[in-house]
Amino acid sequence: MEVERMLGDLTRGVIKENALLKLMIGLCSALAVSVKVENALFMGMAVIFVLTSSNIVISLIRPVTPHNIRIPIFIVVVSTFVTIVDLSLRAYFPVIYARLGVWIPLIVVNCMILGRAEAFAYKNGVVASALDGLGMGVGYTLVLLVMGFIREFIGTGSITMNGNVLFSLGAGFEAPTFMITFPGAFLTFGLVQAGLNKYEEMMNERAARRRTSARGSGTGVGAGA
Amino acid sequence: MGELQRYFLIFLGALLVYNILLIRFIALCSFFGISTSMETSIGMSLAVIFVMMVSSTLSWGLWNYILVPLGVGEFLYIPVFILVIASFVQLEEMFIRKTAPTLYRAMGIFLPLITTNCAVLAAATEVAKPGFLKMSIAYNYTLPEAWVYTFGVALGYSVALIIFTAIRERIDFAPVPKALKGYPLAFIASALMSLAFTGFSGLLGL
Repeated sequence: MEVERMLGDLTRGVIKENALLKLMIGLCSALAVSVKVENALFMGMAVIFVLTSSNIVISLIRPVTPHNIRIPIFIVVVSTFVTIVDLSLRAYFPVIYARLGVWIPLIVVNCMILGRAEAFAYKNGVVASALDGLGMGVGYTLVLLVMGFIREFIGTGSITMNGNVLFSLGAGFEAPTFMITFPGAFLTFGLVQAGLNKYEEMMNERAARRRTSARGSGTGVGAGA
Repeated sequence: MGELQRYFLIFLGALLVYNILLIRFIALCSFFGISTSMETSIGMSLAVIFVMMVSSTLSWGLWNYILVPLGVGEFLYIPVFILVIASFVQLEEMFIRKTAPTLYRAMGIFLPLITTNCAVLAAATEVAKPGFLKMSIAYNYTLPEAWVYTFGVALGYSVALIIFTAIRERIDFAPVPKALKGYPLAFIASALMSLAFTGFSGLLGL
């Protein structure tokens, strides 16, 4: 039971309540940095770090946080971790830092992080909050990676990581560069979201069919309970 | 470059060429979240213009007169700016509720949301700390330039939001596949709109 609940906290954010595709929060940075798989990876890691650590701290200081001024307190906690990411990325990965630009400081106002602080960490224990932050962060990163892959692959015809070309469609491919510009981001996101909707629709239909056939044979008493 | 010409370029750059919603992807949550009815869009636009002007002024002053002289700007700007914005928005909400009830009814519920509207923090950071937006204009704004820039950003936000709301009110009635209904189609529509705004890039050498 305990383990089950912890698993639930961890996996909730990945698909069922995916921040980007389902809750529609934290979109700005996702659309902007998903130009390249590499950017998506670093941004995802930054968000996982900030989200998990701020969830832990906020749930730890829960007993001493006055209800009325909790939002400024959350923001101070979050911005501390964002500053850590900001300074360490600049020190160790200056190229990535230059590419991610304004999006690193803007993690502070990423609705996803403040949203999780308010909706989850402020009401739950440390372990649950840490798992929730981790799961939400992983869900965010996955969407970013999928979008980054689609956009970089179609928009440039190859995937580059750390300066090395991982694979490429060759010189004969004339890449539609609009995929790596702004409109491409909206288009990719819309299509990824529609794809997930379609997938869930099919899953629901299948489940419904299974339920009716089970009821028909008379053995499925309490099916789906 | 003349003084007036410079203001004009900054304004146009912020309004169209680097439109904060469609070209730079800042503040998208509110873009998709509230663009369902015209009334809320207009209320939000008003609130954003108002809050942004004041918070940019504050952060410009803090950066130039306190953070830089003390030599702590580089690593304190994030917490300082966001705290200023968060507390200022609270103050503003109380002030408007007491002094202008009509205005409060028009934009009251949007004020708390603005704290997490990234556009406000982005504009506040950009007018103070140079180097985020690569416009071809030298980047160390004086106060009037900061105002012009912020006003351009806020107006660009409003224009894009209101146009998009009008589009969405129509596509709500369009017969589309079930998986595309709602947000996915809104995203595809905004892709086309963003494509149109891309046409402004390179305008007047910006």
